[in-house]
Amino acid sequence: MSGEPARDARFDGGRGRWVGASVPRREDPRLLSGRGRFVDDVHLTGMLHAGFVRATVAHAHLTGVDLEATRAVPGVVAAFDAADLDLGDVVALLDRPPEEFTPTTMPVLARDKIRFVGEPVAVVVARDPYAVEDGIEATVVSTDPLPAVVSEQTALAADAPAVHDEAPGNVLLDVTMFDTPGVDEAFAAAAADGIVVDLVTHSARQNALPLETRGVVAAWDDHDDQLHVQICTQVPHQVRTVIAHSMRVPERTVRVTVPDMGGGFGQKCVVGREEIAVAALARRLDAPVKWIEDRREALTAGFLAREQRYRSRAAFDTDGHITALDVDIACDMGAYSCYPFTAGIEPLMAAAEMPSVYRVPAYRVRARALTTNKAPSAPYRGVSRPQYVLAIERVMEHAARLLDLDPVEIRRRNVITEFPWTGINAVTYDPGSYLESLELAETIMRDEGWTALRERALGEGRFVGIGYCCFSERTGYGSEAFAKRKMQVVPGFDISEIRMDTTGAVVVTSGTMNHGQSHETTLAQIVAEKLGIDIAQVKLRQGDTERIAYGWGTFASRSATIGGSAVSLAAGRLGELLCRIAAHLLETRPENVALDGEGGVVQLDDPTQRISFADIADVAYLRAHLLPKEVEPTLSATASFDVPGDGTFSNATHAAVVELDPGTGRVEFLRYACVEDCGVVIHPQVVEGQARGGIAQGIAGALYEQVTYADNGEPSAASFIDYLVPTATEVPDISVDHLETPCATTENGAKGAGEGGTIGAPATVLNAVNDALRHTGVELDDTPVHPQTVLAALDDAATSREEATA
Amino acid sequence: MTSERQLVVLAVNGTEHELLLEPRQILSDVLRHELGLTGTHVGCEHGVCGACTVLVDGEPVRSCLVFAVQAEDAEVRTVESLGEGAELTDLQQAFRAHHGLQCGFCTAGFLMLAEGFLLQEPDAGRDEVREAVSANLCRCTGYQNIVDAVADTAARRRGSPGSSTQEAAP
Repeated sequence: MSGEPARDARFDGGRGRWVGASVPRREDPRLLSGRGRFVDDVHLTGMLHAGFVRATVAHAHLTGVDLEATRAVPGVVAAFDAADLDLGDVVALLDRPPEEFTPTTMPVLARDKIRFVGEPVAVVVARDPYAVEDGIEATVVSTDPLPAVVSEQTALAADAPAVHDEAPGNVLLDVTMFDTPGVDEAFAAAAADGIVVDLVTHSARQNALPLETRGVVAAWDDHDDQLHVQICTQVPHQVRTVIAHSMRVPERTVRVTVPDMGGGFGQKCVVGREEIAVAALARRLDAPVKWIEDRREALTAGFLAREQRYRSRAAFDTDGHITALDVDIACDMGAYSCYPFTAGIEPLMAAAEMPSVYRVPAYRVRARALTTNKAPSAPYRGVSRPQYVLAIERVMEHAARLLDLDPVEIRRRNVITEFPWTGINAVTYDPGSYLESLELAETIMRDEGWTALRERALGEGRFVGIGYCCFSERTGYGSEAFAKRKMQVVPGFDISEIRMDTTGAVVVTSGTMNHGQSHETTLAQIVAEKLGIDIAQVKLRQGDTERIAYGWGTFASRSATIGGSAVSLAAGRLGELLCRIAAHLLETRPENVALDGEGGVVQLDDPTQRISFADIADVAYLRAHLLPKEVEPTLSATASFDVPGDGTFSNATHAAVVELDPGTGRVEFLRYACVEDCGVVIHPQVVEGQARGGIAQGIAGALYEQVTYADNGEPSAASFIDYLVPTATEVPDISVDHLETPCATTENGAKGAGEGGTIGAPATVLNAVNDALRHTGVELDDTPVHPQTVLAALDDAATSREEATA
Repeated sequence: MTSERQLVVLAVNGTEHELLLEPRQILSDVLRHELGLTGTHVGCEHGVCGACTVLVDGEPVRSCLVFAVQAEDAEVRTVESLGEGAELTDLQQAFRAHHGLQCGFCTAGFLMLAEGFLLQEPDAGRDEVREAVSANLCRCTGYQNIVDAVADTAARRRGSPGSSTQEAAP
């Protein structure tokens, strides 16, 4: 069971000349000198500005929109309500029976009904953004209010008003995904000889909060016979589809391009209604139109996530082995289903993967998506995994305490160690380093003296705790894995095209979409490595529906795994073509040449015979008569890649040491360690950056951020004064250790690295806080943990201690 | 409602600009949309995130909280003033070396914040740098690499590079 942590498996860089090296990021010079081009930096001649009149009540019949005064405001050019614009609704569907899934639609502008505060009701277009605000202020909206549905309790109450008439019970998805044999028997056995953990965990609604809000500039182009939509989105092709559908125009007449993007974290991987309206306005008004979401809109009316409740029951034998898991999950998805994922995104992810890194022999789960009068939900970095990992990790902690086992030991006894492992959830897990990461994290805590401090602190009257979280993250969901979700559109593959120009430089396309992940560098590293050329000779193209045949964009940690594999395959094919031409020019057999790693092809039996890519390119384009007969005069190749089976799992263990301040209730980090395994690391510095940034967002969810509402559905965290985003003084330094279990199914051995940090941090922090409170009898199972919660726990403990000694 | 425009002279990055502005136009909008200096970004428009930080007479200022007319008679510096042509300054190079940016949206704000801070507090150590950096929001990096980049720049400007990272110990 135990053993030395696999320190020798730590990644030490140096895999290749490019892959494995922290090369300087190629996107940095422009971003550092203010020469990036974000969507709000786009300025077109004659450009108009749009803004939205938004609902101020959470639930109501919409009885009138009066735009007369709006249109009279100086500077205002036009104003429209839903009837004026007459756009098709956004519809996201699952291929599931009616008892499991209730389809609903999201209008571009609210038509008859208002379903959340902030819902767009009308749009105002003016010559400048200041006049837009004047126009919005002049608009009169009449409503007939209904009681608001703002919680699981109010949504599921017998007399609850329906948010959507199609879903009278306010449930959009209700699935019992697993009910394997032996669940009840295991609980009966555990009740007799073992333990049963029964606990409820909540996580608050959160905003993914890219620092750049959403935005769009749309303009009709007569030359191209196209509407050009410049937008910050993670999924340009899906935006094109929905805009074309909603405007009822051929998809060919819409071109979507993406400039530099200031983060997304999932919020921008769904299609927003405002962007569709602006596209339609550009056509209607025959002028370029821009809309930039302001922060208040982003906080109240943007896509949100994470408001979930788990009731987890788990049976354990006396040795601490889990014998059954029975879970009920409710996700508050807000007012609408997002495209393309639907309101099933969170409950389906949670139910499918809840057993996590543990060998669970019997499993039952019911998961529901509730609809409420709140801004709708979208995927947010980690999608349900921060929540189900929190639930299962709290289960482990409770069980460890009941059985008087060390928290690491109970995990050691349950964690999957044999691979591939097909779990009770019918998911096959590819090889990872679950146990190794756990033990390395434990070693770090022990060797650095934190374990000793934890023991010592109590005697000094200090509240110091250590928390662990061991988890995996499915990355690179291919078509096969996504098909199991039963979405009507099934994401998965990626396509790459590579072209070499007359000088030997290449341009490579990817259907993924960089928004901070460093694709311009990392995907170029893969190509440079594969072809044996300098990275300066590689240029990446993304985010243009005219240039990229099709793409699913970037989400679910798919870019390095799927996008990286596609560019690698395309580069490999181009390499083969180069070799074929070179063999002909060198007058030798094709088997007798190979890429030389220095931008050329070498003859194997006589290395003095070499021809550079530039010389091959010169022949391919400018002296095509020299080409072999069977080769056409172009240097390009295309490849697609799809991950087979259930995808590939990254994994990690986090360990945090916290100290609670008995005066303020503040949770202070003394140490945060991340041991992660994302397979072959393409760029260590980038992977570490993803881990740290992800952990910061997980800490935000654990201790600070919470989207709150009054009982009438009015948002009460509409600015950064109330929505508390952690700063440099709340987020600690984080060490990152790499283990490396190469992925067998991706071209480069890489697994995804984008979400893991966010997934592991909430459970790590909550476990550490509880460990610091271990002598008080208090158990906290909800996030965020506010200072007042910690203070109350410490006060309770002090009171009961006094009572005990009195 | 629209109010009468005023002739305003703004000195930005060493150049004087005559502009006809509404009194309600904020400095960040004028820099970005009237002068085309789009390196300064706008993240919250209520003075919390700091993405719009510029230097006004050497002091880091939220340009979303200042009306452009208030900046008359002051020297405004934006991110575009850093470096010569394609040449990056030591601070910009440190951000690159330490991977102190991911999406790059908040970066100009942090650069101008740090530029102003280091002019005022050249002797700042890593803790003081962290405190200063906490003025702005970054959603990508977790801040560690930003703190490292600024602390490293401070140390290099003092002639003692390489003492930036700090190991936690019980």
